Amino acid sequence: MSEQPVAEVKAEVKLEPAAQPADADFTNVGVQFLMAPYYSRLFPHQEVYKWLAYGNDGKHPMVDASFFQHREFCFTLDGDIFVRYQSFKDGLELAAALKDRCPSKIDIGPVYNVEPQRRAAYQGSGQGFCPMERELVFDIDLTDYDDVRTCGREGHICIKCWPLMAAAIKILDAGLRQDFGFQHILFVFSGRRGVHCWVCDERARKLTDEQRSAIASYFAVYKGQERGVAKLALGLDDHPALARAYALLKGAFEDRILPEQGLLEDEAQRKAILAYLPNDAIRNAVERRWDGVSSSADRWEALQDEVETEAQALEANRKSSEGARAAKAMRKAVKDIVCAYTYPRLDMEVSKKMNHLLKAPFCVHPKTGKVCVPIDPEAAWEFDPETVCTVGGLLNQLNSNSAAAAQGEEPWRATDMSQAVETFRACFLDALQAEVKEGLAEKLRQAAAAPTLAW
Amino acid sequence: MATFLAAGAVGGARKVLAEVQQPNRVHRSKVALSMYRDMPEGEIAIEEFERFAMDRLRVLKGVDDLKAKGFRVDQMQDKVIELYDKHMATAQREEKQRKDAVSHFVLRLAYCRTEDLRRWLISQECDLFKARFKDLPPRDQRVFMEANELPFRPLGRPDFEEVQEQLAQVLLSLGQAQQASALLNGKVPPESYYKVPFEQVPDLVASRRVYLQAGYAYVSKDQMSSLVVQPFRSALSKALVLTARRWAAVVAPAEADRLAPVVESLSQRYLGPDYSDAEKRGVAGTITARDIPVLSKSSFPLCMVSMQQALHDSHHLKHDGRMQLGLFLKGIGLPLEEAMCFWRTEMAAVAPGDKFDKQYAYNVRHNYGKEGNRKDYTPYTCAKIITSTPGVGQVHGCPYKTFSQESLRSALARLQVAPSNIEAAVGMAAAGNFQLACESAWEGKHGCACNTGINHPNQYFEESRKAIQAQQGPADPAAATVAAGGAAAAAAGPPKTPGPAAPAAAAAAAAAAGSGGGATTQLQDVLGGSSQQQPQPDSAPPAKVQRTD
Repeated sequence: MSEQPVAEVKAEVKLEPAAQPADADFTNVGVQFLMAPYYSRLFPHQEVYKWLAYGNDGKHPMVDASFFQHREFCFTLDGDIFVRYQSFKDGLELAAALKDRCPSKIDIGPVYNVEPQRRAAYQGSGQGFCPMERELVFDIDLTDYDDVRTCGREGHICIKCWPLMAAAIKILDAGLRQDFGFQHILFVFSGRRGVHCWVCDERARKLTDEQRSAIASYFAVYKGQERGVAKLALGLDDHPALARAYALLKGAFEDRILPEQGLLEDEAQRKAILAYLPNDAIRNAVERRWDGVSSSADRWEALQDEVETEAQALEANRKSSEGARAAKAMRKAVKDIVCAYTYPRLDMEVSKKMNHLLKAPFCVHPKTGKVCVPIDPEAAWEFDPETVCTVGGLLNQLNSNSAAAAQGEEPWRATDMSQAVETFRACFLDALQAEVKEGLAEKLRQAAAAPTLAW
Repeated sequence: MATFLAAGAVGGARKVLAEVQQPNRVHRSKVALSMYRDMPEGEIAIEEFERFAMDRLRVLKGVDDLKAKGFRVDQMQDKVIELYDKHMATAQREEKQRKDAVSHFVLRLAYCRTEDLRRWLISQECDLFKARFKDLPPRDQRVFMEANELPFRPLGRPDFEEVQEQLAQVLLSLGQAQQASALLNGKVPPESYYKVPFEQVPDLVASRRVYLQAGYAYVSKDQMSSLVVQPFRSALSKALVLTARRWAAVVAPAEADRLAPVVESLSQRYLGPDYSDAEKRGVAGTITARDIPVLSKSSFPLCMVSMQQALHDSHHLKHDGRMQLGLFLKGIGLPLEEAMCFWRTEMAAVAPGDKFDKQYAYNVRHNYGKEGNRKDYTPYTCAKIITSTPGVGQVHGCPYKTFSQESLRSALARLQVAPSNIEAAVGMAAAGNFQLACESAWEGKHGCACNTGINHPNQYFEESRKAIQAQQGPADPAAATVAAGGAAAAAAGPPKTPGPAAPAAAAAAAAAAGSGGGATTQLQDVLGGSSQQQPQPDSAPPAKVQRTD
């Protein structure tokens, strides 16, 4: 708020009678009321359509115009009314529907073999109505980490527990790119307390349910709880992917999560961590060391030190192979703790089936008003979930910049939404478009090279 | 045997096979394993048609049994190879491939008709294929894949060296430290690994048993079997559907009296020893009515024990029960007079004197083929007994199927079966594996492993007698004759087919006539080595036979 004299403010008001009253603050308005202006001025319709059309939106001769028309959308209208199997002719029709019906949530489903609107005609005949393609998706939710975070529970999210999500993003990104060879990966903030991941390579879209399930299992290490201790699918030696993940996680644990969550401060937390050590002797040794220090970081040092000492003793005392094994088991306790507290916990059900609906990017969360913005994996650690733009805030910005907005460009370019769209383009859409274009050109070349009856 | 090859029928079998398969170019494979794309060349004798198929069926049923017993695939590996070598052996090596192919195609005919049969065949054939593929050395595996145009190529040296460390790390993470160090020390050739798109090995990806890089999985040759079996499975599945269609449409009418009966009965065929004619087996006249209670406690299977018990307690059994028990007793060697005596005594309270003669004596004689159409009935096999359902007041059928868990437990306890085997048997019965449950009970009672599996109540009895002999030492000629009878009975062949059984029966008759001892070795010579099911006791030197009174 600037400290202008009252007179000047009044003058401004007089000069721009079209502007809203100066005390209008959209952040105080119920989110549902804001959906109409959101879809008409802030939602990046063109960019979303460009993505989902996968190149079939232009006038290239090899374009498949029906591709977009076979995609299912599901609108959640005000009052939790689900409307499934919506499909649209093109981006304009989709935009018009959104502006008209203002859903509180949009879900994206698979691309079917026929238009979802006309599925009744095909069910029961031949192949029936079935999904043909669908992005590979992942959903990570902070609620699944409630047992290992101290800053809050359930829907809480803050800058202290965000590193857990950032770690998950990093590990998924590295695994999907290096191990599976995928390239077009989009991470999106889920609006309240988690992250979604969309893998949009053609190879990924064509995966079967069994293959999706296999990929999700490849990333699964946390297998639930047993008597207060996490069950982990970890052996004494690691698969190269797990070794790579662990290297990353250890740093995240020590630099951010342990100190910020204060994981070794209160009694309950300390007991929980001690439970991962293999026997009472080492537990007692560690507790004795802890009497002298109080910060989580120092206590962690002490724990690692004791474990290492014990491991070396085991190596020296027993016969070579048995001693080496016992030492490994001792050192594994440290690995177990780090993984139990930080390894990504995926929601397996979301990834397994081709027809699972998932919330679209750029939706607005009905409870928080936050926009589901894309996240740049390179800047995952720096992302702050508490300052994500909200629909109210964006509309406020629109108003104060209404002059700029009136220049014929999309209104959202004058707000923070432009940043979000920029991330969308730079991290994901541009590369995808380039590949899609190349794909169309290749199809054209092949069609031209194929023998025809033309003279 | 030769009489079966009527002039004009020569080559007929092959023609039939050709009409329902899709013959492609002739392919002489250098490797023992085949994808069965092509039909075998040359003539196939009808007798071979049947015999090869039954041998293969024994292997496949053996595979099925191993799975039902809960063996995992890696544990089964050696046993399956053993089974295969035992039943599918031939006199000459070249013949082995032909037998493999012929038997496979005949079984396709037999198992194509319903979805259940197809599923069963595909399941067992795929497991057999995987085991045999794993058994091949890496060089042969590569030859096999090239010959069958499977798109899997092993790694070249530069690719291999690039990922050598990571491959070793994966082996370590699977607990295979020795293989890991062998790999790092250069003792593993590059051809032991294949590079395939990860989509093709979802199970290996899910359990992190392979190294992944840029969308490719690096699969070791041992893991390749689950990959190679996929084209095999889908080819077989398609072929079976086609076969079914063409068999029904084209061939069945033409072959209605020659091959159709053989093919259609193969899937139900009882493959165990032949218990039809007690005389031929040399056990006739060895048991008396007085022996029955004793034998019942020591050697009868549960179904017969419970029927004999019920008969004794209520002095009556309904018709199906009388058939099942009566034929069983005939099979163990109870002669007609003794049988009459037995039934008359047991049923005296309910059917005294005249009433027995009027109502039941005829049936007893009928069972022995002395009345009516003089048909010599065969004792029921387990398969038949299991499918019969007793109604109210009836006690026939298979108790592992019909008894409640509690009744089963107490019945087995009364039979003095070891407690752990009782639990195992109850569990298997609950899972539907009734014959395996019976086998478990047999093992629990005799304290040793059952080598042959239980497919027939009389088999239970004979194995029991043999085991008891082995434990006591060969005691009396009656026992030795029973053993010899068992040896003769271990013939490959269905009941009532004159051909193959004839020489065996002749030899058995000669054996029974001679003294118990030399018979055993004579029989072994006659029947050859392939389908014998004789555990150790039989080959004990006959000189040990003693008379005890």
